[in-house]
Amino acid sequence: MKVTVVVNGQERSAEVEPRLLLVHLLRDRLGLTGTHIGCDTTSCGACTVLLDGTPVKSCTMFAVQADGREVTTVEGLAANGKLHPIQEGFKEEHGLQCGFCTPGMLLASKALLEENPDPSEEEIRWALSGNLCRCTGYQNIVNAVQWTARKLQSDSATTGAS
Amino acid sequence: MYPASFDYLVPATLEEALETLGRYEDDAKVLAGGQSLIPLMKLRLAAPRALVDINRLPGLDTLAEENGGLRIGALVRHKTCERSDLLGGRWGTLGAAAPLISDPIIRNLGTVCGSLAHADPQGDWGSALLAMDAEVVTRGPDGTRTIPVGELFEGPFMTTLAPTEIITEVRVPDPGPVAGGTYLKLERKVGDFATVGVAVHLSMADGRVGRAGIALTAVGPTNLRATAAEEALTGSELTDGAIREAARLAAEAAQPYSDTRGSADYKRTVVRVFTERGLRAAAEAVGAPVPPAGQGEPVTTGEALEATERHDYFSGQGTVGGVMDELGDKPGGPDGGER
Amino acid sequence: MTQEHTAEQHWLGRSVKRKEDDRFLQGKGNYVDDINLPGMLHMSILRSPVAHARINSIDTSAAAALPGVVAVVTGELLAQHNLAWMPTLSGDTQAVLATDKVRMQGQEVACVIAEDPYVAHDALELIEVDYDPLPVVVTPQQSLEPGAPVIRDDKEDKQDNRIYHWEAGDPEATERAFAEADRVVEYETFYPRCHPAPMETCGCVADVDPVTGKATIYMTSQAPHAHRTVFALVAGLPEHQIQIISPDIGGGFGNKVPIYPGYVVATAASLLLGRPVKWIEDRTGNLISTGFARDFYMKGQLALREDGRMLGLRVNMLSDQGYAYADAQPSKLKAGLFHIVTGSYDIPAAHVVTDGAYTNKAPGGVAYRCSFRVTEASFFIERLVQTAAYELGIDPVELRRRNFIRPEQFPYTSATGFVYDSGNYEAALDKALEMLGYEDLKAEQARARQEGKLIGIGLATFTEVVGAGPSKDYDILGLKMFDSAELRVHPTGKAILKIGVQTQGQGHETTFAQIVANELGIPPQDILVQHGDTDNTPYGLGTYASRSTPTAGAATAMVSRKLRDKARELAAHLLEVAPEDLEWVGDRFQVRGAPDRQTTIQEAAFAAYTNHPQGMEAGLEGVTYYDPPNMTYPFGTYAVAVEVDRGTGQWKVRRMVAVDDCGVRINPMIVEGQIMGGLTEGFAMAAMELITFDELGNCIGSTFSDYLIPTSWETPKFELGETVTPSPHHPIGAKGVGESATVGSPAAFVNAVVDALAHAGVRELEMPIGPDKVWQAMVEAGLAE
Repeated sequence: MKVTVVVNGQERSAEVEPRLLLVHLLRDRLGLTGTHIGCDTTSCGACTVLLDGTPVKSCTMFAVQADGREVTTVEGLAANGKLHPIQEGFKEEHGLQCGFCTPGMLLASKALLEENPDPSEEEIRWALSGNLCRCTGYQNIVNAVQWTARKLQSDSATTGAS
Repeated sequence: MYPASFDYLVPATLEEALETLGRYEDDAKVLAGGQSLIPLMKLRLAAPRALVDINRLPGLDTLAEENGGLRIGALVRHKTCERSDLLGGRWGTLGAAAPLISDPIIRNLGTVCGSLAHADPQGDWGSALLAMDAEVVTRGPDGTRTIPVGELFEGPFMTTLAPTEIITEVRVPDPGPVAGGTYLKLERKVGDFATVGVAVHLSMADGRVGRAGIALTAVGPTNLRATAAEEALTGSELTDGAIREAARLAAEAAQPYSDTRGSADYKRTVVRVFTERGLRAAAEAVGAPVPPAGQGEPVTTGEALEATERHDYFSGQGTVGGVMDELGDKPGGPDGGER
Repeated sequence: MTQEHTAEQHWLGRSVKRKEDDRFLQGKGNYVDDINLPGMLHMSILRSPVAHARINSIDTSAAAALPGVVAVVTGELLAQHNLAWMPTLSGDTQAVLATDKVRMQGQEVACVIAEDPYVAHDALELIEVDYDPLPVVVTPQQSLEPGAPVIRDDKEDKQDNRIYHWEAGDPEATERAFAEADRVVEYETFYPRCHPAPMETCGCVADVDPVTGKATIYMTSQAPHAHRTVFALVAGLPEHQIQIISPDIGGGFGNKVPIYPGYVVATAASLLLGRPVKWIEDRTGNLISTGFARDFYMKGQLALREDGRMLGLRVNMLSDQGYAYADAQPSKLKAGLFHIVTGSYDIPAAHVVTDGAYTNKAPGGVAYRCSFRVTEASFFIERLVQTAAYELGIDPVELRRRNFIRPEQFPYTSATGFVYDSGNYEAALDKALEMLGYEDLKAEQARARQEGKLIGIGLATFTEVVGAGPSKDYDILGLKMFDSAELRVHPTGKAILKIGVQTQGQGHETTFAQIVANELGIPPQDILVQHGDTDNTPYGLGTYASRSTPTAGAATAMVSRKLRDKARELAAHLLEVAPEDLEWVGDRFQVRGAPDRQTTIQEAAFAAYTNHPQGMEAGLEGVTYYDPPNMTYPFGTYAVAVEVDRGTGQWKVRRMVAVDDCGVRINPMIVEGQIMGGLTEGFAMAAMELITFDELGNCIGSTFSDYLIPTSWETPKFELGETVTPSPHHPIGAKGVGESATVGSPAAFVNAVVDALAHAGVRELEMPIGPDKVWQAMVEAGLAE
């Protein structure tokens, strides 16, 4: 079957079997290897992407289900060579070590901040409880999200954006 | 990690969906959220010949009150319930269950009706909706029918649905003007299935219990109603004794088995403890709070304690007593937080 | 060469942001599964569903006939090429693909190589294996009983399941100590099987060039050079024709040190088929078959005087090694560094007896940030000390103070032969207690008990031993455990550093650049750090057991100093003075007494290529192979406060204080990150991680549904503190730190939960301490709600 998905703003098409998982479409057919696979039981969240802006586990969706929809992967965060504030936040606050869970964490965090621009530590831990990390112990990830929240607020104050 | 092959159909109408299911007889599955089905397919524990994707069917995503009751359509996601302002108050049992389903990302796609059709005895919605006396509305080749949730579950992952039948919505009856409840879940971590879950609902009538709903997760071949406990409360005033008795009866109704999560005795105890805590929370929600009789007894005896200054070591918010409250204040957290 | 202390050592102790982050943050990391080569095939593995069985036959014909399948490999085929068995890093043998028997559930039985991974997995269902079940052995006690089924009957003359017996310490002196003792405290425990479970599973892309015969193997390897040497020996390929490249690795924690059958079959398949072969294991394969950790039974006694002074320690240990002895650890030390079990205490006599046995389970044992079994040792002594405190009626803090090795006793030779380099245990303890507010907390605990609430306080005052290791004692399969660094400064003053270790998230691209920067003044962003490619780095034993900073970090400092010495000569030549007339001030040489006459390191580098003195070799480059004179001994105190729910048995960490001393910290931000990650793993082991088996040998814990990794919600918050006691023998005074937290923290968590119930007589709760176990203990102690 043919699927057409808008990935990071670009329309991409491929001829796929229905059983091809969305994560395999992204990694193997479209060459976007930033989305990772960490388990077989939908437990770890390393494969998290945004589907029409909402975090989903791309290993637990078929590519055909994304036909006609928009997908954002980690490769779609930076724009024109400039890091997205959430990426800056993770760097500033040492929110990553091996980097394997990081793409999923970034996207889940971005979605959280869009819904809740000033989340408390509890709210962040709750929102990220679908993304496993073995390296960091999560504390710096929480700090990274809060750093980003402050940056986004001060950026919008500076630009006068509402 | 790699599912077997299947045909993939995207019907444009419900009728077309039914017709497609019928064509495959019992070898097609409905795909809504897919958050239970697809994991099984990836492990090749399920290999249906066809998937009928209903996600694009119109009119199935209603979450609304209607004539005092509640309608939850087939495409209503767990996250919608978690975020909805509607599911507090009289619908508190459902509002407490919603955030505890699986993990926050799975909640974005998984559906309430899909959860019921999956009939996992460790599933949370089954208990919450049993406690609220809900029924499902289905469409099949013979038309529409309604099935009380209690008659939907036949066994682990087995329902009375025909393979060619689709749940189109859940209907929850009007619980009356004074009602409330909660859901408590003991899980080892977020995303784990329940070790034990207890749904509690109270509909009051003139200061007494008009109807009580108590349903149990993960302690039987299906979600179970603790009928004897419910009946013991019906018509009663809410007192400490009545609550403890109902909790005792609920524990008796449980049919747990021992496994890596704990012994059967342990699970039965948690049923009792959660039923009691749940009923106290529900009592508070309906404006008839019932604090535990007597103070907690000291666990050491005879030790003179020097007066010491209290420090807030634990929560930054006050005393040790405050900490126990804080344990209960987590927003439906996995430590069995009460609402 | 004397160690010159620079005026401003300003690149150590700085939280430089990581250079490697930019690619990870943009999804441009290069993990093994991201590598795709033209013509690449995909490999899947058929695993045994049973734990112990004879293989009567394997029928692969239907699988081989499936369109898209290129080959199906069995043990029989490998045996024709002498590849059916391979050596382990402990000198035992392990099956690549099963031939006569399967000896564990999940054992590799056949491999399918296909054009596409979906087809490769479809084909697995078509392979028919006829198994003849045999009795299963799931515990080492069972396996050592007379008459137990012999698991390794493939070995000639093997009549039992014993693997090793190894002792340390002085049995007679220990006997005398026990004879003199006023009190003897016993403690027995089981450290259950758990698993490092990095987020990235293991895998490789093996590419044997059919024309040149060169094998390029991209591999999840924590020790690429050692792996290459072993590959050369196993596969009979010339070592110079094998290039192992570890690209980015998504976490290791010891899981990626052993050599797994998948790597060998993929390489053999690529050789036979003339095309690259990719094998990426799924999570089930990872948990059921790769290097697990612990599975260790420990029983011991502590001999004490009435005043709490420790006189002697006896420990007996029995280790479940799975069906092959495959530990990656120094070959002379059969139980790794377990004999560090005297810990932070001045115990004059000790006797440690260790035994290992085969069972029908996956091979392994040394993994998961254990520092070669220091996790087990530290857990044991800290739990024993806590138990002794209760039995003697002495405060656990006081008992520790009375027995700590004192600062003036360093270097300290322990009763089992370790020479501790430096330590100040009381300082770390005092700091932790101050951060926690220990005395007030104890009073709060007493008050809480009056109100029917349960609070527990647990400590662990651990000593670690890392940095393997001095060549006289440390080797793996004969390869000595030195490590290496090669440094070249380019004409324009930038540099490339190549190291023999392999980061899996520890930040070496930043921290090692800082080491060079500290010696030469070249800023870290001007230093490219290269690792993981056996053709382009000096030989080293890799990264595990917290050894990188102690070994390769030392090599890096030493090679930088070699280059600084040469730069001094170049500067002297440029400034026309004698080398002794120059002072080094962080990034430049100055003429003593005339500081405006100077040569920067960049100018000296340029001169190395454009204006070197006659008689001197051009260039500014060097390599150092560093053989550490000793291990390093980081230490610390962890303190945990928990609250227990008397109704459900759930326990919650309310405070977790961690004071670490790893000597000089190169990058505090990275050190703290390592510690927090380790504390989380320690919490996870204490609370929820478990791989267990039923009596048929079925593995429970082979998916993330059963093997529980904590999320951000369960994981406690950590309060970190530090003391700094440099290593006297390390060139920059640093010790390793990557594993301190997994070594020290499980006992702190367990001590805390036990402490909540100890006043009612509870002394032991076995990990993982699920709420059901706490409830059971409370019921027996009369504490349940």
